[in-house]
Amino acid sequence: MDMKQSGLEQEAGHEYNATPLVPAVDIVEDGEAIIVIADLPGVTRENLAIGVDGDTLTVEGKVALGESGALQRVYAEIRVPHYKRSFVLGRDLDTANISASLQQGVLTLRVPKREQAKPRRIEVKAL
Amino acid sequence: MYPSLTRFPAELLADFEGLQRHFEQVFGARGPSSIRAAGRGAFPAINMGVTADAVEIFAFAPGLDASRVDVSVDKGLLTIAGERPATLPPESDKVSVYANDRFAGAFRRVVSLPEDVDAGRVEASYRDGVLKIVVPKRESSKPRRIEIKD
Repeated sequence: MDMKQSGLEQEAGHEYNATPLVPAVDIVEDGEAIIVIADLPGVTRENLAIGVDGDTLTVEGKVALGESGALQRVYAEIRVPHYKRSFVLGRDLDTANISASLQQGVLTLRVPKREQAKPRRIEVKAL
Repeated sequence: MYPSLTRFPAELLADFEGLQRHFEQVFGARGPSSIRAAGRGAFPAINMGVTADAVEIFAFAPGLDASRVDVSVDKGLLTIAGERPATLPPESDKVSVYANDRFAGAFRRVVSLPEDVDAGRVEASYRDGVLKIVVPKRESSKPRRIEIKD
């Protein structure tokens, strides 16, 4: 993930090393999985990294806008071209089978539950 | 110190944002800002830059249907308006919602363009959730080289 000097970083070097932006997320759980939807505008598939380390899921992305080379920034609300957010997954989640899709800057992650963690109806036997 | 996926301390983050706002009120934000500047967290976030012959505006608006976004330039003001549909399923006894930070609903943002522009030749494209708008400058406001006669 090589970042060339883009208009987002041109102002000062310290901004490049600044704290990454925290992307807005929606998190929903249904019977089968936990679904995480994250807004990552400007992140291409190549600039997106999703990793699981132990029980920590990390989503990281770099913004590439393709601005004109001679662009001079006049106003900016997105000052750090970098998103990062981490979550701790529970033991009930199957981290080996996470699926992800990125469409128009929206990342959808589906973290399935392990078989034994899925809801089951427990029979009550009459003795 | 990561928030757990299933026990997300949303109220903690909200408290922190409130504190940050309070600090900005007391100590002042970064100097005077544009009268049309939107507060923290407005949707979509906007970056703007100028090149020698155009003004480029980037709106960070992921997950839109590009055909349903309205972009207009009038009297030096750029307006971006549209609607982002909600993606969350309704909560039920099978579905629990733990975080709902993503913007949903109608939005409208207005920014004033820094230079005299040609509103008739605006180009807009949408890629990776970023709306890029290029508004060419008027011939009269482009930098020119002036010949010195002897």
